[in-house]
Amino acid sequence: MGSYVPATPAEQQEMLGAIGLQHFRELYRDVPEEMYLHRPLDIPPGMSELEVSRSLQAMAEKNKVFSTILRGAGAYDHYIPSIVKYIPAKEEFLTAYTPYQAEISQGLLQSIFEYQTMICQLTGMDVSNASVYDGATAAAEAAAMCRDRKRRVTLVSAAAHPDTINTIATYCYGTGDEMRLVPAKDGKTDLDALRQLLTGDVASLYLQQPNFFGQFEDAQAASQLVHEAGAMVILGCNPIALAITKTPRALGADVAVGEGQPLGLPLGYGGPYLGYMATTSKHMRKLPGRIVGQTLDKNGKTAYVLSLQAREQHIRREKASSNICSNEALCALTASVYLAAMGPQGLAEVARQSMAKAHYLAKGLCAIDGVTLRYTGPFFHEFLTDLPRLDQVLAALEQAGILGGLPVDGGILWCATEKATKAAMDQAIAIVKEVLAQ
Amino acid sequence: MKYPEELQYTKSHEWIKTEDGVTLVGISDYAQDALGDVVFVNLPGEGDEVTAGEAFGDVESVKAVSDLISPVTGVVCAVNEDLLDAPELLNSDPYGAWIMKVENVTETEALLDAGSYEAFCAED
Amino acid sequence: MKLLFEKSVPGRRCTILPPCDVEAVELPEGLARAETPALPELCETDISRHYSQLCRQVHGVNCGFYPLGSCTMKYNPRIDEEMAALPGFTNIHPLAPKHTVQGCQAVLDTAKAYLCEITGMADMTFQPAAGAHGEFTGVLLIKQYHEARGDHRRTKIIVPDSAHGTNPATAAMCGYQVVNIPSAQDGCVDLDALKAVLGPDTAGLMLTNPNTVGIFDENILEITRLVHEAGGLCYYDGANLNAVMGVVRPGDMGFDCIHLNLHKTFATPHGGGGPGAGAVGCKDFLIPYLPKSVTQDGPGSKQVRSFTGNFLVVVWALAYLMTLGRGGIPEAARNAVLNANYLMEKIKGTFSPAFDRICMHEFVLDLSAFKKETGVSALDVAKSLIDYGMHPPTMYFPLIVHEALMLEPTETESRETLDWAAEVFRKLYDLAHTDPDWMHGAPHNTQIGRPDEVRAARNPVLRYTP
Repeated sequence: MGSYVPATPAEQQEMLGAIGLQHFRELYRDVPEEMYLHRPLDIPPGMSELEVSRSLQAMAEKNKVFSTILRGAGAYDHYIPSIVKYIPAKEEFLTAYTPYQAEISQGLLQSIFEYQTMICQLTGMDVSNASVYDGATAAAEAAAMCRDRKRRVTLVSAAAHPDTINTIATYCYGTGDEMRLVPAKDGKTDLDALRQLLTGDVASLYLQQPNFFGQFEDAQAASQLVHEAGAMVILGCNPIALAITKTPRALGADVAVGEGQPLGLPLGYGGPYLGYMATTSKHMRKLPGRIVGQTLDKNGKTAYVLSLQAREQHIRREKASSNICSNEALCALTASVYLAAMGPQGLAEVARQSMAKAHYLAKGLCAIDGVTLRYTGPFFHEFLTDLPRLDQVLAALEQAGILGGLPVDGGILWCATEKATKAAMDQAIAIVKEVLAQ
Repeated sequence: MKYPEELQYTKSHEWIKTEDGVTLVGISDYAQDALGDVVFVNLPGEGDEVTAGEAFGDVESVKAVSDLISPVTGVVCAVNEDLLDAPELLNSDPYGAWIMKVENVTETEALLDAGSYEAFCAED
Repeated sequence: MKLLFEKSVPGRRCTILPPCDVEAVELPEGLARAETPALPELCETDISRHYSQLCRQVHGVNCGFYPLGSCTMKYNPRIDEEMAALPGFTNIHPLAPKHTVQGCQAVLDTAKAYLCEITGMADMTFQPAAGAHGEFTGVLLIKQYHEARGDHRRTKIIVPDSAHGTNPATAAMCGYQVVNIPSAQDGCVDLDALKAVLGPDTAGLMLTNPNTVGIFDENILEITRLVHEAGGLCYYDGANLNAVMGVVRPGDMGFDCIHLNLHKTFATPHGGGGPGAGAVGCKDFLIPYLPKSVTQDGPGSKQVRSFTGNFLVVVWALAYLMTLGRGGIPEAARNAVLNANYLMEKIKGTFSPAFDRICMHEFVLDLSAFKKETGVSALDVAKSLIDYGMHPPTMYFPLIVHEALMLEPTETESRETLDWAAEVFRKLYDLAHTDPDWMHGAPHNTQIGRPDEVRAARNPVLRYTP
């Protein structure tokens, strides 16, 4: 019905006339007749705004919105402060293209510079890019940046997120490079196995902290082994945990990456999310994607520009190490606003509360007969339990509007964030107890 | 534009000079002028083997990147690390700012003397 | 403008969370970080004012004319945004049980039905997060297809020299050798050059049609036939689909797989550089190779990122698709082409089009003669446009035209805007002859003048340090 075309049919005819044509078909004279679509598209007719609104609301209502979410596994239900929703919705930020024209993009460029600084502060690194697609692609891009002519193999911890592992594997398949899995033992990367796998052709190790099972890895020991073997360390860290835990830099990482979704982005059925990537000065020029730099304008005034562009595909073409062009700029802006709103104390509070609540939930669940923690190492806000009758447990929770943990390897992987109230967790624990008592 | 007599040149605008069995390679005045402000140089590693007619690194300006083509086949015995901190040396002193030194040279590209190179640049 | 960090005041904060209602837990020894991250300490007023200040120094397409060639900067409707913000979509966990996410599935299925019909494809994935990511996904379909047939000789991807940089970069990421072929004078594929490189080592061809100079390649059927005859597959870069949607379909041109930029053609916002969504469509025989998330769909497939993809962007695009529908889709394409031709016609007497013929949704000006005459470059013209409140066109692309400015007005601009834009171009043409120095110094009315990019690259300052 609508097409957002301002020109009226009369104007369109006049404009055609102005270029010496009568019919629209003449504009498409290069399109061969045999290919020209002589029929209408087989899709529904256009709709008014009110009809579109009704149709999509009806679709949204077919989803079940849970009042309590005790599931994480790569997507985390944190509270999003109100201001975090409003600022990225400003039309200037929302509807601008990539800031290639610095003179009319200073606001955007400065906001990216601020984002890069915040990521450096969280990770302890020197340089951050302006974002990549998500945590999984950040890991895959990092693996690519660590390869050189002689060292081509990427080691990946089997305790990392399965989607991340499979994404790295796919990127390796693309370039024809090898990925080898480092097995897990007791829910953590097996360092003895790692030692055996560190051959001279290994470029890097990817390790997730905390890992897919919520466990803290002994990242420092792993880094030491990897560095002794002449390879590089990529750490994939939960950015909320970084408010209180050792930085990737302190743990020995050469590249810090991660999924930025917990920083103010909604679950959104999987996206858009945000991949953050940061590294040390030494590897600055290998970092893929856009980077904003501070400089001066011709009058000596502070200015921000897209910098180090000669690394990128639009200049280096087939010699570029990555083809990335569009990134997740608006999500990076969202993360900046979130970090500004939370501040250092607020972010640490989110981390501490998430950890406290996950431990409360674990304790409550494990007090039930038949429920045990599978891995007993220290964890952040996720943990894996063994328990019988998984399906019934999850169904009963769902009835009560609670999304229980994710079935993983025959157990359930639970997660709690600061949003999980004591009352809701008590209710969940009572439901599990009731089902298992039957 | 300078074309020092004591150097030899390639059609891809590198200069070379051989002293005591070691070959120095850089880029010509004409090349640096065409590139504009050089902002970074990707250098080979010491011990790398380079091949005549193939890229051994590249130079970046703000909006372009150009391969550096090795005029000789051999082994890199030194790279000019000053260029990592001060790539502008390639602009200000192209014939002083050598990029790499190569030893065990087994093959050399067809080279031009200063006069022929100047004539070649004039046609370009 | 001061940075957030420079506005920070120790102890200042927003009040977001209630106190913790369960017992605190200490981090195990050795895990705690040495220092709190030096994030800014601000209250909500500070933050609100800061970003209000910043956004005044940004130009979005919803703020003014944005004829950025090859980027399809069309108006981004607000209803689409509202739909993408419905709690019934934003609060859905990607790993929630299938029976609880039937609404999300309906969105994906409906969007797929629209887009497959528009492109002439059999199936589609929404996993890729952007155009280049879609290219990667699409070329991996080609790679898997050849490998599954045991055909390991195909090591080359053909790319015209007029292509976007992402095309050759993508082919390299997929392990292919890139064969660049020169374009004919009008930017179209040179059939002889193509024939000369086709052979048993050809994995495929990557092409956009209309091409990057805004011309529809009338030989397209012959091109795709030749590639298929050599055993290769044809990849359609959907960057320029806006010119032809509902008029001619990539599937009918002979393409085997494609990517779409939902953030160009289907009106989802660019967000200052993303998020986009690079839906990838393919013909029947490539369906088995489409990527899937291992946690959502189980093992056995490749995947290019986690989960479903940029789902909320798909919701946005679907709202747009539903609004336009059967009639609106081709109407948008026709008017995109009409607006480009109208603007080119109006500018013609001054700046010269690189190709003086009917164009598609965009056209390229060649300023090389103008520069010789006046000393004013394409860059100077672009920067001068800023002073007139217009976002500059794409500069110095495609590489096959010297001193190029590429304009794509899109269908959502009115005739008044196009007339005004043409008038500005005429003014600048005259100004170049009377006051070229003013143009060399442009822009004059912005917060900053031209930045020193050499300084930025030689001495990188990439984060704030106190």
